[in-house]
Amino acid sequence: MGEVKGFLKYKRREVPYRPVKERIHDFAELDLPLTPEQIHQQTARCMDCGIPFCHATGCPLKNCIPDLNELVYKGKWRQACELLHSTNNFPEITGRVCPAPCETACTLSINDEPVLIRHIEFQIVEHGFKQGWIKPLPAKRKTGRKVAVVGSGPAGLVVAQQLARAGHSVVVFEKDEQIGGLLRYGIPDFKLAKSIIYRRLEQMIAEGIDFQTGISVGEDISTRYLKKRFDCVCLTMGASQPRDLNIPGRGYENILFAMDYLKTQNKLCANEPVDESPLITAKNKIVAVIGGGDTGSDCVGTAQRQGAKQIYQLEILPQPPDARPPDTPWPMWPRIMRTTSSHEEGCQRRWSVMTKKFSGVETRVTRLHCCQVEWTRENGDWKMKELSGTDFTLEADIVLLAMGFLHVTHNGIVNELGLKIDKPGNLAVNNYQTSEPSVFAAGDTVNGTSLVVRAIDSGRQAAAAIEDWLRTCS
Amino acid sequence: MMQSGKNVGLYEPRREHDGCGIGAVVNINGQRDHSIIEYGKEILINLRHRGAASADEVTGDGAGILFQIPHQFFQAESSRLGFFLPESSKYGVGMVFGSKDEELRSKCDQILDNCVGHYGMKVLGWRDVPTSNDCLGQIALQAEPTIKQIFVDGAGLEGESLERALYLARKRSEKLVRKNFGQKGEDFYLTSFSCSTICYKGMFMAWQLFAYYPDLADERVSSALAIVHQRYSTNTFPSWRLAQPLRCVAHNGEINTLSGNRNWMQARQMKMSSEAFDDNINDLFPILSPQSSDSACFDSVLELLVRAGRSMPHSIMMMIPEAFGQSYHISTDKRAFYEYHASIMEPWDGPAAMLFTDGRIVGGTLDRNGLRPCRYLVTTDDVVIMSSEAGVVQFPPEKIRRKGRLQPGHMFFVDTVERRIISDNEIKSKIARQKPYRRWLDENRIELRGLFDAPKLVNTDIQTLSQRLRLFGYTSEELKTILLPMALNGQEPVGSMGNDVPLAVLSDRPKLLFNYFKQLFAQVTNPAIDPLREGLVMSLMNFVGKKLNILAETPEHCRQLKLPHPILANEDIDRLRTAKRKDLKTASISAVFDINVPNVAASLRQALVGLVNSARQAIDKGASLIIISDRQASQTKAPIPSLLATATVHHGLLNRGLRGEAGLIVESAEPREVMHFCLLCGYGANAINPYLAFETLDYLQQEGELSPDTESSQIADNYIAAIKKGILKTMSKMGISTLRSYTGAQLFEAIGLNRSLVDQYFTGTSSRIGGIGLAEIAQEIIARHSAAFEQRPSGTLELDFGGEYYFRHNGQEHLWNPVTIAKLQQGVKYNDKQAYDDYAEAVNQQAKKLYTLRGLFEFIPGKAIPIEQVEPASEIVKRFCTGAMSHGSISKEAHECLAVAMNRIGGMSNTGEGGEDPSRYITDSNGDSKNCAIKQVASGRFGVTINYLSHAKEIQIKIAQGAKPGEGGQLPGHKVTEEIAALRYSTPSVTLISPPPHHDIYSIEDLAQLIYDLKCSNPGVKVSVKLVAEVGVGTIAAGVAKGNADEVLISGHDGGTGASPLSSIKHTGCPWELGLAETQQVLIMNKLRDRIRLQVDGQIKTGRDVVVAALLGAERFGFGTAALVALGCTLLRKCHEGACPFGIGTQDPELRKRFAGKPEDVERFMYFVAEEVRRIMSQLGFEKFEDMVGRVDRLQTTTAIDHWKAKGLDFSAVFHQPDVSEKSAVRFFDAQPSRLTDHLDWKILEQAKPAIEQGRKTTIEMAIRNTNRTVGAIVSNQIIKTCGEKGLPDDTLRIVLQGSAGQSFGAFLAPGVTLNLVGEGNDYLGKGLSGGRIVVKMPENSPFMSHENIIVGNTVLYGATSGEVFINGMAGERFCVRNSGVTAVVEGIGDHGCEYMTGGLVVVLGKTGCNFAAGMSGGLAYVLDEVQLFDTMCNLDMVELENVWKEEDKNLLFDLIQRHFQWTQSARSRYILDAWPDMLGRFVKVVPIDYRRVLEKMRAAEQRDTETIPATEEVFPWVK
Repeated sequence: MGEVKGFLKYKRREVPYRPVKERIHDFAELDLPLTPEQIHQQTARCMDCGIPFCHATGCPLKNCIPDLNELVYKGKWRQACELLHSTNNFPEITGRVCPAPCETACTLSINDEPVLIRHIEFQIVEHGFKQGWIKPLPAKRKTGRKVAVVGSGPAGLVVAQQLARAGHSVVVFEKDEQIGGLLRYGIPDFKLAKSIIYRRLEQMIAEGIDFQTGISVGEDISTRYLKKRFDCVCLTMGASQPRDLNIPGRGYENILFAMDYLKTQNKLCANEPVDESPLITAKNKIVAVIGGGDTGSDCVGTAQRQGAKQIYQLEILPQPPDARPPDTPWPMWPRIMRTTSSHEEGCQRRWSVMTKKFSGVETRVTRLHCCQVEWTRENGDWKMKELSGTDFTLEADIVLLAMGFLHVTHNGIVNELGLKIDKPGNLAVNNYQTSEPSVFAAGDTVNGTSLVVRAIDSGRQAAAAIEDWLRTCS
Repeated sequence: MMQSGKNVGLYEPRREHDGCGIGAVVNINGQRDHSIIEYGKEILINLRHRGAASADEVTGDGAGILFQIPHQFFQAESSRLGFFLPESSKYGVGMVFGSKDEELRSKCDQILDNCVGHYGMKVLGWRDVPTSNDCLGQIALQAEPTIKQIFVDGAGLEGESLERALYLARKRSEKLVRKNFGQKGEDFYLTSFSCSTICYKGMFMAWQLFAYYPDLADERVSSALAIVHQRYSTNTFPSWRLAQPLRCVAHNGEINTLSGNRNWMQARQMKMSSEAFDDNINDLFPILSPQSSDSACFDSVLELLVRAGRSMPHSIMMMIPEAFGQSYHISTDKRAFYEYHASIMEPWDGPAAMLFTDGRIVGGTLDRNGLRPCRYLVTTDDVVIMSSEAGVVQFPPEKIRRKGRLQPGHMFFVDTVERRIISDNEIKSKIARQKPYRRWLDENRIELRGLFDAPKLVNTDIQTLSQRLRLFGYTSEELKTILLPMALNGQEPVGSMGNDVPLAVLSDRPKLLFNYFKQLFAQVTNPAIDPLREGLVMSLMNFVGKKLNILAETPEHCRQLKLPHPILANEDIDRLRTAKRKDLKTASISAVFDINVPNVAASLRQALVGLVNSARQAIDKGASLIIISDRQASQTKAPIPSLLATATVHHGLLNRGLRGEAGLIVESAEPREVMHFCLLCGYGANAINPYLAFETLDYLQQEGELSPDTESSQIADNYIAAIKKGILKTMSKMGISTLRSYTGAQLFEAIGLNRSLVDQYFTGTSSRIGGIGLAEIAQEIIARHSAAFEQRPSGTLELDFGGEYYFRHNGQEHLWNPVTIAKLQQGVKYNDKQAYDDYAEAVNQQAKKLYTLRGLFEFIPGKAIPIEQVEPASEIVKRFCTGAMSHGSISKEAHECLAVAMNRIGGMSNTGEGGEDPSRYITDSNGDSKNCAIKQVASGRFGVTINYLSHAKEIQIKIAQGAKPGEGGQLPGHKVTEEIAALRYSTPSVTLISPPPHHDIYSIEDLAQLIYDLKCSNPGVKVSVKLVAEVGVGTIAAGVAKGNADEVLISGHDGGTGASPLSSIKHTGCPWELGLAETQQVLIMNKLRDRIRLQVDGQIKTGRDVVVAALLGAERFGFGTAALVALGCTLLRKCHEGACPFGIGTQDPELRKRFAGKPEDVERFMYFVAEEVRRIMSQLGFEKFEDMVGRVDRLQTTTAIDHWKAKGLDFSAVFHQPDVSEKSAVRFFDAQPSRLTDHLDWKILEQAKPAIEQGRKTTIEMAIRNTNRTVGAIVSNQIIKTCGEKGLPDDTLRIVLQGSAGQSFGAFLAPGVTLNLVGEGNDYLGKGLSGGRIVVKMPENSPFMSHENIIVGNTVLYGATSGEVFINGMAGERFCVRNSGVTAVVEGIGDHGCEYMTGGLVVVLGKTGCNFAAGMSGGLAYVLDEVQLFDTMCNLDMVELENVWKEEDKNLLFDLIQRHFQWTQSARSRYILDAWPDMLGRFVKVVPIDYRRVLEKMRAAEQRDTETIPATEEVFPWVK
């Protein structure tokens, strides 16, 4: 462990962002990494608990957080880097975008500020890249087995890497032009610079993974071909079916799904060709984001950078409390008020707001008709009630729908293979195996939308299941 | 009917213990007289409180007397019977017990008759010994034998040659009877068969011995000497032969190393030869009969050595050698004698006061630690009385010529032919010089040059290293948690919060075989030793090689390799292999087995057979050292577990009679932690080379975990030092001082190994619930082997984390895990029943993951009843207690919170060892009370005052603690805050040490005495005794019940702790399921269950746990860790660092502010548990909790244990229900009988009313004798109850007592009382003195010099907190041990003076023994050092010595001596005062280093505050 009572000696130091004034003019990353001295102090705060809840309850990947902290504290970065990679394929990504459930599960968070776990992870992996420690780990022996991975989001990449390292030949099919899925097109550059993905892809290519982009399975190649060519297929297409808001006025053209909006900006940043027709920029416009989650927040940050005049973010749920409420006791992930970097940059957030109608001029939306709602609990279920007399309207030039995603899209390969779907609409699996024995699935395709870190975890477990399956079926 | 000698349920007869009172009387001139027998009687009767009675209160545990053959009496008797005896010493007499079955009896007698004839002697006749059995109790009557005497004509033999013939004849007859009649012949037993002595004994209380044998009252029965013995056995199963004296000795104490001694005797048998026995020697085998007790075995070996030609004192010196380490001043010849004999025989180790006689001499000796008391006096009529206590025979003062005590390791010796007392020095130097032992040693002992020079680490090939680490099951956690701390600090690593991982047999992971064993440890029946503070008596030295005939002595006997300790570095073993010496031949045998075979278990079995064969062949070729090596392990060969290999070879050679031919050295990659080394030694290894551990250390240095600046030899040294300390600690837990006796002693219990495996390879080890066999062991090896050699995917780590100590995902499972912690806290914090149920489910639902033995139990359903009919939860919670956690180990806030919670629900909280703030005795305005119902008394006696004891509902004697049984604790100075110091009556910042044993409990009769003391301190209080589960705990509990305790607490091995060495947390003690079931069974078998309550604790977490425990017999339940978790603990396991962020396990004011626990949290937890209990009760159909207690018939094993290891477990012994047909109770019914009714204090109180009630000065005069024990305690309690904590003004009540006071005189004496004893005192005088004054002075007309006269016994002022004591004479061992505030003046003391003292002031005006001030962290002592050698007697680890030069010191000292004179009129003090200027220079001031620093700091602060002290004070120039 770092220092006995280190947490009394040193306070948690949040990672500073670049100043708002500066950062809203570009799409570069925000973090200003701490100095080595500061990192040393932050690792000294870890108490090396007998039961590390950060590791056991918090982190879906079970990163060995106390051990990592100790290694960094002792300056043993290389071992830390190795240990970190033994549980996490892409710490450079989780080190940037993970909401860090480890930190809310940290024992110190009970009555103090948690250890700065995510940023330490970030530091370890960045240090590793800088020192050239992160090298390809190709398999020592090839098995001769072939696996196709459909979709190159975090889950797909992990499945591919794990299986390639185990000696299988892996081909990844991606319908977009670039590898990365949600990482590439969903997360704005200011949170995750795309060079970070390329850096990791280099390693994966060196480990022998074949990436086929611009190929949509079911359209460009047939599902039958896939099943014939490969011993096994793993579906990791994500859960891209967005939740819609079917209210009067939904048809106005300036009402977009958040993901389409974000994807366009991501392509622009990367100088990729974009489809000009729906191209929308928020410059000098009033933007209303419906949905109070992370995607919504990403829309806020993107709109800000595009030069929006005014941004609203509306959430139908009430404003969460500042402190941990009793219904999510430690070490659970608490529903508390969180303010992101994008919120800091300027945005009006409103809670308990229901949008009832859009109105507009010609094809363009100009106004949202909303009201306040009240939530009550009956027999354990939450019930919502409109509050009469609270109707109001908001002017808006653009409306972004960021209300989450339903499930994987059911057309294409899912339909063709006739895969079983579970109640929420995800692929039904048994230990990552779908109803079709040689077809596996992982990530959001199985779980519904969730965190990157869960996708990585799911990918690692699916890879292990595939390994077992390949070993037992000849 | 009860049966002795058989294992029943969990009870094993060989676990019986006894303690006793002993005595001897001898007329120095050899004058025979009946009065000697009468003295013997008087001794016995006045030692009766040291014996015990069984459940019927009439049957004693045994008493006897051994004396010279009363020739005159037998002559008369024989002529009456019609035969004639030759003259004295030409005939032998045997006292023969036999069966009540007449036919069997006569057959056995006939065999004896034949054997006598076989050796050329002639039977003269038989005499029926008159007996009168109407005095006997039922239990003794059941087993009563018929008793006859046989008279044998020597037919020309006399003296020693006749003794030898009688000995052979007896041994032959015993052998033949055993052969012919087996078990049925058990009653046949000769108490003595000799031409010089005879022994009368039986299952008696002291007085019954003389009533039963009218012979003893016959005036014609005369003797010049007699030895008597009164037995206190832990449990009473009828056996007459267990009574003592034996044929040569009477023993008070216990041989801890018995199983090793037994095995080594067997090893020697093959080589034994003696001219004395010629070819008849086979009649003597086996030397030790399998069923005999430790004392009987000792006696048999002593007898053998003596009959073969060694003198009795010589043999005794061989068997109980005194310590001869470098710290002792002893003659070179004597040291050589002991060292030479160390190469021949290992010590019979354990506490012992041994009285011995051969009919001519009478001697007594004590073990090297002096753990049993023995006092003697010599009268002007040349009679010597020796006894466990002083004052057992009363003489007028002027008739006493000399008084003394036996000193540790010393011998007291009377020769009735030479008619004198021979001093220890004289007798020993005579024996030590009878052969040129020193020269023999110098010329023969082998000490390889270069061996043990400076161990180096081995350069390591990292590639294969990790492969081998995996092969031997190393984890990265182990490297970090175990190896690193040892290499860094030379200390064993420390941890906290107990053990919550499954037993090895329940774990899914492959476990090292080591993990299936648990260390045994001493509790109650013998004391643990302090390996740090009393390390001088301990030794790791060993002789290894070929052992020669024990019955002879030649120079070649010591031609063996002498090892200073058992750890060999890698180059040592190379040196051994390449050594070129005629007598030192090494042979290596390879401990690996083939795994590329279909049946791996068979391959392993075959390899084990091969191993023994190879060893035998090596011996045939002349090897004297055999190296068992696993270096050959490879891709195709797996290593045999080193422990299995070692034990197999050890027992294989033992069985073939070859074990003495060669030493065993283990060269293995497997051992790395302390427990591993202890096990290897315990199962026969003489030395161990842990080669992979050394390689790993090198790797760790390369990795930068160890500083590159440290010499690699330093790292290896540190590691070896840590292992050495660990072995010493483990040995000391069992009370064993030397590795020689520990080697092969097998002081372990196996848990989870099946019977046949244990019987074959670990012969003699207890394993009570079965478990795995060779097949599963092989499977575990294969799992590790695959992990080592199978291809690992890229990106995986070389080593697993492990998770044995700290939780990790995919690591070892823990019962306290993220789910259980979170759910429990959620439950109690938000009163969320569902969350509690989830928690209980996670703990109880062990179908998938096994954690505990009880997880494998299932309830046998009964007729369910509605839950409303079940006793309410508010009644059930009254049975709940919180664990003993001291204020010190946890914060004030947490401690008080627990107390308030438990008081609110009517349960009990426990102070733990650390005292209690008296302000807590006042109830809060809201009705809450912070007063802990249970007050603990532990070995440190911190804060144990009369006030503390008087406020207890229950007093708990902590004998052991689950996390570290047999060990003391240490609270480092930086944790001793002002608050803690105040509670513990010590100085802030001064380190506090709790000794490993209670220094007033070295034996079971001592415990009975402490119970008596505590009951006196608070009449009516309940006393409980806390034991830790291990095999044999049931017999100890029975002893506790007989000692008048009201409750016994059985703690599981896994309980929490603030800080303890990891090897103790993990490897000591056993699960409470076993301990509790055994205790319940043994108590029922002894019919003792109805008078004592049973409590259980140790990782009890849920209602299901409570119900299982209740069915097994528990009535009350302790919650430790679970209660802390309810208060916010999340098991950081950092208590030992004091860094608890929840303000629980810390004293840091910053952290304490964070404490957020509430009494309600604990209350809710207790109620949740109780409600769960009720639900189960309703399912089982129990309305009342008490109906459930002991209903073991309602438990069964889970029907389908489908676990590859656990499926072999068999719990039938746990579920065994002893016979209750005679209406034996299975639960508590009646309170213990009060033993305080005849206490002297009641008489004192009658006269003391004016003093106590009106504060009037009162003087009372009375006579006292040694049977008046604990005088003053009841009076003190009355004073505190009447006047409060402050007691009476000084000297208000003065009590003058004439005579010999019993034990614990003036215990817990309250302020205002002066006890003035004219005469002498016994052990424990002034125990826990709480402000009173004790004066002990010599009677006026005593003829001897006070400062050479022992006037009080051992362990005086133990745990005393305030008051003053003036002693006009010498005290025994451990004067002022753990004194924390008393001022005492004494005129001489024995060894270990002022041990662990933390405060107070001691003045010694005469001699001191060795090891003065060991562990003394506070207080001051002034010692008169007349020969200027005091520094050599003093343990200088923690203290410095100064002259007395400061004015204030001079004045203080003078004043004290003057007061000593005023109180005692001591001639010694008069002499010193008269020559003050001369004497002053001879005083030495002893100052603890810590203490001085603190005092100086305090003084500096004071100076700053007041500035009254002139700044000119001179500074003493320190000379280091």
